[in-house]
Amino acid sequence: MSVLVVVECADGEVKKSSLEVASYGAQVAAQLGTTATAIAVGEANEANLAKLGEQGIAKVLYDAEPRLKDFVNNAYTKLIATAAEQEQAKVIVLANSNIGAAVGSRLSVRLKASLATNVVELPKTDGGQFVVKRGAFSGKAFSDVVLSGDRKIIAVKKNSTEAQHEAGKTAEVASFSAQLSDADFADAPKQVVMQDQAGGVLLPEAERVVSGGRGMKGPENWNLIEDLAKALGAATACSKPVSDVDWRPHHEHVGQTGITVSPNLYIACGISGAIQHLAGVNSSKVIVVINKDPEAPFFKAADYGIVGDVFDVLPKLTAAVKALN
Amino acid sequence: MKFLVCISNVPDTTTKITFTPDNKEFNKAGVQFVINPWDEYALTRAIELKEAAGSGTVTVLNVGEADTEPNIRKALAIGADDAIRVNAAPTDAYFVAEQIAAIAKEGAYDVILMGKESIDYNGFQVHGMVGEMLGIPTVAPAMKLDLSGNTATLEREIEGGKEIVTVNTPFVASCQQPMCEPRIPNMRGIMTARTKPLKVVPAVGEPARTQVQEYALPPKKQGVKLIDAENAGELIKLLRNEAKVI
Repeated sequence: MSVLVVVECADGEVKKSSLEVASYGAQVAAQLGTTATAIAVGEANEANLAKLGEQGIAKVLYDAEPRLKDFVNNAYTKLIATAAEQEQAKVIVLANSNIGAAVGSRLSVRLKASLATNVVELPKTDGGQFVVKRGAFSGKAFSDVVLSGDRKIIAVKKNSTEAQHEAGKTAEVASFSAQLSDADFADAPKQVVMQDQAGGVLLPEAERVVSGGRGMKGPENWNLIEDLAKALGAATACSKPVSDVDWRPHHEHVGQTGITVSPNLYIACGISGAIQHLAGVNSSKVIVVINKDPEAPFFKAADYGIVGDVFDVLPKLTAAVKALN
Repeated sequence: MKFLVCISNVPDTTTKITFTPDNKEFNKAGVQFVINPWDEYALTRAIELKEAAGSGTVTVLNVGEADTEPNIRKALAIGADDAIRVNAAPTDAYFVAEQIAAIAKEGAYDVILMGKESIDYNGFQVHGMVGEMLGIPTVAPAMKLDLSGNTATLEREIEGGKEIVTVNTPFVASCQQPMCEPRIPNMRGIMTARTKPLKVVPAVGEPARTQVQEYALPPKKQGVKLIDAENAGELIKLLRNEAKVI
């Protein structure tokens, strides 16, 4: 019996969310008195995989099949299921990413496992039950869920758990083959198109986010958002009305029907704070609201606020960040 | 082409979430329920594709008790041809997926569409489970869907970009924006929906694999600390020294 952790890689690097997942999986393994093995998916660099020892991973399985560079649902599912069987994994941990959710749901049927997504804490395993806390109602609530199956699959929400780190520890990297056939790659992507991310920070992985609403008055003013984001090393985002009128692309839309984020810092500029927007951001650790309307509902959800004109305030904030650096 | 569109009945997006006194269930009192917003993309795109082809059918499927029928009728008013309701409370994603897979198998549907997740349980699971149960491809989450004969081309969102994926029917896709502009029913649609067939069938399959033990609301915020706009730079010092987030 072991814990199997699915580690997503891109351009040779282990994704930040997967470092969190690796640490989470290692802590679950310690809780259950066993070890954590990782299976790497995507384009990985073996030296970086070995570094997963720093998160508490004992061994990393890696299939160097080049067609696994991009996400292929059937192939990834078979790869992970084969690894789970080999390792006799009772618990499988993934990131609550598009890949993690797509594969996790297929795996749960294939492995006859209970699945919980959007998980925000380590499981409680007292009293013979296995209980996880997960986000529900689009971030407006949490639920404690009992996973009753013999096998459990957990998809961990990004930036919701503290990653453990022990410098210098290395994991054994072992080659692995799931004997994938051409049929397993039948739904391989024909093309992968990466979008420009302002400041080069991916919104779903960002620790800091600067977001704009209709109070920015037009796309021509977004340089103010981007300047602050760049100074902070943050991703940029927007509210739904802004993406609806094409001021900003859909992939920056944060909210109940957009992307849900949980960064350490969310700065909302000229966003009134409709309940649907709050649902997408209210698990952020610290929320800052800048709005000239003191009655804007977002102030009720904020930790810090400035009642003022974003066009005056944002340049001051950017200058203050630059002064710190 | 036979489309099966799966819809969930969810609290309106503006709903303030509360629970029963024992925190075991969502408190439905006074809450308006709507078609899950993500499912509206699936429904509208299926209708658009049927209309573009000039033939085919769109069947709406809901797993729910009788109180979901107003929203099923709404889906029929938007343009679906008929509907099936599996008469059961949706206990967990696996249970719902089993119902969908059983209906899909029996009806030999070519394209099975649904929203990427429901805005209440936020599982993001059902599409993959249905695909695996039926042994057919799943594309999730899809931002664009076009059909040419029995071949579909989809854009799938990945972190930081998108993939272009081609699959043959049958397949499952979960939908999200900007796939289409969801439609609202017109008066003619509302009138004709009353006479469209709505079949009620019993549930099949195994019991749920997960059970909600308790719901909880997030801890209340301490209250906002306001900083004078004239001295906005002070905020950055607080974020570094007090909140320790930069």
